[in-house]
Amino acid sequence: MLEVLKQKFGSAILDHHQNYGDETVVVDRASILEVMKFLKQNAACPFNLFLDLGGVDYPNRNPRFELVYHLYSLPRNRRIRIKTALPESDLKIRSVISVWESADWFEREAFDMFGIHFEGHPNLKRLLMWEGFQGHPLRKDYPIDKRQPIPVMADLV
Amino acid sequence: MNTAKRELETNTMLLNLGPSHPAMHGALRTQIELDGELIVRAASEMGYLHRCFEKHSEHSTYQQVIPYTDRLNYLSALMNNVGYCRAVEKLLGIETPERCILIRVVMCELSRIMDHLVCVGTNLVDIGALTNFWYFFNVREKIYTLIEKVTGARLTYAYTRIGGVARDIYPDFPAEVKSVLKEVDQAVNDVRGLVVNNRIFVERTVDVGRVTKQQAIEWGFTGPCLRASGVPHDLRKSEPYYLYNEFDFDIPIAENGDTYDRTMVRFEEIRQSGRIIHQALDRLRPGPVHSDDPRVVMPPKEEVYGSIEGLMRHFKLIMHGIEPPPGEVYSATEAANGELGFYIVSDGSMHPYRIKVRPPCFPLFAAFEKMIEGLMVADAIAILGSLNIVVGELDR
Repeated sequence: MLEVLKQKFGSAILDHHQNYGDETVVVDRASILEVMKFLKQNAACPFNLFLDLGGVDYPNRNPRFELVYHLYSLPRNRRIRIKTALPESDLKIRSVISVWESADWFEREAFDMFGIHFEGHPNLKRLLMWEGFQGHPLRKDYPIDKRQPIPVMADLV
Repeated sequence: MNTAKRELETNTMLLNLGPSHPAMHGALRTQIELDGELIVRAASEMGYLHRCFEKHSEHSTYQQVIPYTDRLNYLSALMNNVGYCRAVEKLLGIETPERCILIRVVMCELSRIMDHLVCVGTNLVDIGALTNFWYFFNVREKIYTLIEKVTGARLTYAYTRIGGVARDIYPDFPAEVKSVLKEVDQAVNDVRGLVVNNRIFVERTVDVGRVTKQQAIEWGFTGPCLRASGVPHDLRKSEPYYLYNEFDFDIPIAENGDTYDRTMVRFEEIRQSGRIIHQALDRLRPGPVHSDDPRVVMPPKEEVYGSIEGLMRHFKLIMHGIEPPPGEVYSATEAANGELGFYIVSDGSMHPYRIKVRPPCFPLFAAFEKMIEGLMVADAIAILGSLNIVVGELDR
């Protein structure tokens, strides 16, 4: 799969490894949508099951954030991990919701937890936290004991 | 008079299903727009049971995360223990002894049985069949009692350790499990017999909440809900781990992907799990239940008291815990609801740098709002029960 990706996307494939037997490809974020479309639609090994999406925060790195996608190919029983890096100053990436519908809530969760904007997502709202929550809790600079303002109940009558 | 000719004016009405309602199986909220009794639109909300599992884990040691994993899917907590420990063992490159693997398999399959018993039992209560609930919860209690004798707890076990399990099973355990399995079979036969051709059950479930093969894959389904739609995908067969390739068992699938099929697949999976448990118990031979890797196992007492190396190792494990090499792993197991994945990033320190859980019912609940549009309120309840949403693992 890696050879095919390299051939097709060339310089957009930044890095790859197979540590612990997990096939991992690092992709330039500008081409994420094209790479994902190809991964799902190619005939040789279609990765049709969108398994997981999560962010990781590396405050000492530049670019600071990383998005990690896990895909599965039901016809071939193979897995692939796609990673892409996002700088703090321009924290956005194109949504893959047009490729897999199930990416919807995973992207909302990454937005909620890390503040990553997914362009083209039709309903990018917080998922686990409530509206009015301040900050993004899974960022490393979010203190574990930070207090949040308690929402005030509106009068019923 | 022309009043008869005038059309009745109707307005749609908003209704909250949940967050706090017994039929919503935990704290789930779906707001539905109703036209009469028909659902025109639906939107779900989650997060009421968010316990910051992932944030907490980053501030704990690797061992301290094990009890947290119990609280993910609390209906089959042992499977989360096993899934997490397997991921950390992959990171450390540790092989566990065969006896430990077999005990884990038995515990996982018992958990799968319990999970399915609760799912089917409560789903049947929701659609009006209370007796089955007692039949299933009766045998579930008996499995709980057996597991309690081994682990010391009934719901949150924290039974596995990184590299093994906390303690060995007691000598009579295999015989007692086999005798309880007979009762489980009896209960499955009883309940299946009561519902399989039951007119109320059939009319409430057949063709209700149908999910086609394409939809199931597009929505990211795994586990019994995917198999009910006709995709024979089970990690125990497609990516065999823990000796599953050496056990003789079948993967039940169905065709229609409706609520009826999701229930029937679970009935059959209970039986297949029973077959696996029998084979695993027969294969048990005496031996260690914990890896002897010095990075994860406590040294024997005489070494701690008798040598400086033993004392240091003990001190390091207590004070610093386990320190896996830097790296990232994704490890998946077939839990009762589908693929339970743990993505762990290690920076070489005693705290996991990042743990991302892939809860199997997350995509299931995301699809719920799409599944119920155009159906009735009562159908929504029947569908939700058959998806088996466990809010502990959904919200983490």
